[in-house]
Amino acid sequence: MKAAPAVVLLLVPASLVVAVAFGSVDLGAARLGDALLFRGDEIAREIVWGVRAPRALAGFACGGLLALAGALLQLLLRNPLADPAILGVSGGAAAGALGAMLLGAAAAAVNLAALAGAALAAGAVFAFSLGRSGWNPYRVLLTGVALASGFGALVGLILSLAPSSQVQGMLFWLLGDLSPAGDPTAALVVLAACAALAFSQSAALDVLVLGEDKARSLGVAVTRLQGVAFGCATVATVAAVLLGGMIGFVGLVVPHLLRLSGVHRHALLLPLAACLGGSVLALADTLARSVAAPAELPVGVFTAMIGVPVLLLLLARLR
Amino acid sequence: MLEAAALRLSAGGRELVCDLDLSLAPGQCWALLGRNGAGKTSLIHALAGLREPQSGAVALDGVALRGIARRDLARRVAVLLQDEESDFWGSVLDYVVLGRYPRSRSAWGRDEEGLESARRLLAELDLGERAAQSYRTLSGGERQRARLAQVLLQDTDILLLDEPLQHLDLRHQAQAMRLLAGRASAGRAVLAALHEPGHAARHCGFAVLLYDAGRASLGRSSDMLTQANLEALYQCRLEPAGAQSFLPS
Repeated sequence: MKAAPAVVLLLVPASLVVAVAFGSVDLGAARLGDALLFRGDEIAREIVWGVRAPRALAGFACGGLLALAGALLQLLLRNPLADPAILGVSGGAAAGALGAMLLGAAAAAVNLAALAGAALAAGAVFAFSLGRSGWNPYRVLLTGVALASGFGALVGLILSLAPSSQVQGMLFWLLGDLSPAGDPTAALVVLAACAALAFSQSAALDVLVLGEDKARSLGVAVTRLQGVAFGCATVATVAAVLLGGMIGFVGLVVPHLLRLSGVHRHALLLPLAACLGGSVLALADTLARSVAAPAELPVGVFTAMIGVPVLLLLLARLR
Repeated sequence: MLEAAALRLSAGGRELVCDLDLSLAPGQCWALLGRNGAGKTSLIHALAGLREPQSGAVALDGVALRGIARRDLARRVAVLLQDEESDFWGSVLDYVVLGRYPRSRSAWGRDEEGLESARRLLAELDLGERAAQSYRTLSGGERQRARLAQVLLQDTDILLLDEPLQHLDLRHQAQAMRLLAGRASAGRAVLAALHEPGHAARHCGFAVLLYDAGRASLGRSSDMLTQANLEALYQCRLEPAGAQSFLPS
């Protein structure tokens, strides 16, 4: 479908406008319009620009990072079911964050612990996967899956030990929650940097689709390329997990949606994956904030509710 | 000129190639023959710089391959691999144009010259009408011709081809061999692993016979492709096929 890039690019502003327009407080069209133009009452402007806009951009950055990481990992691991969680990085971050919560740490310390857990997992995956002959995608996959299982068990242990007053916060972290995301600037900078770096390698990534030996024979420095792409996917995953916890399906489904729409060149696929992933998560987060307002639901529930049927539909089409 | 000197290759405790000296000079077309598992693929990979030999060296115009940047090497040496992991989502034309990667400058801009050459090659290989079709929908033989087109698009001085005729019907076997021999006549060096000595005798002026245990002999095809040599190579008796056997011309 040649219209896919235009549709995705139109979806970006549309999803951000929807994310800013809807929430637990119904502003009405006139107040919303005024607030968007920096006019009208101060409360409406604060809700739009002080609360919803940063949240929408945080959701966009998080979804973009996850989809970008997913697109890279599906190619690098030669596995269509690869998603950011497959590196074990999300599991490491979750174990770190929940461990810190169990110890009663403050929010900043929880983030630091999540970062430490993610770094530990990423370090272990890379240490076990980079041999003398370069990266071994199967070892990356196996190490990542093993670590994810191990961290999953650790998370289960922490949940069973935690007092019931802490469990809900932990579950929100595990199911994805953008409410504590705060200022999205850093995440947007990481998204732009990762997307630019991945885009700069897109021609070589197109060739890598043919396999490592063929890519080498066509002049690609395969080990260096894999290192850059794995590094990019890892940084993107860590940034996304620190921002919104463990949010599933965006990284898995979005790249496939684009490929099935005829987008396969990485020069288009990677930036469009970032845009579509961002839009999908901004919309899912709007649902999470609005459906049971004033209560918020975990955004991961909505990405899964969108992602599961879409994935099943894709699989049915591939049969 | 691509030269192997005292090349030794082994795999799984087996000697595949022992002290092989081989020079692929411009204008020469070489056939590489041997039984399954004799080491043809390993030799092609070593000549292409895709695997390190146990000992010996491969050099391009006197410079060891390991001293040449990948991209520079890809502008001089093209390889058709026997197996290719491919989950390619694009069209046949998109697939073939990847052969321009060593010469392309940008990930974004359209390479009109490359696209034109790719369309010409696809037409030469009877795939002109398939150019816009999804690569995933091609048959095995059509994929093989698309892979050949990609290798030829690389436009290199040296062509190394591992079983270029696999999956091809008789018409396209002849077409592929004519294209390869034509490249050699135009001054390129060609080496192709083949399983049909008839093609080797008709289109290749030179032949390498890889025997078991790393022994190899090489020379002009007229001297190498004798009944006695081929019987020793394949370890079976051969008979003149008579009027019931045909080779595409």
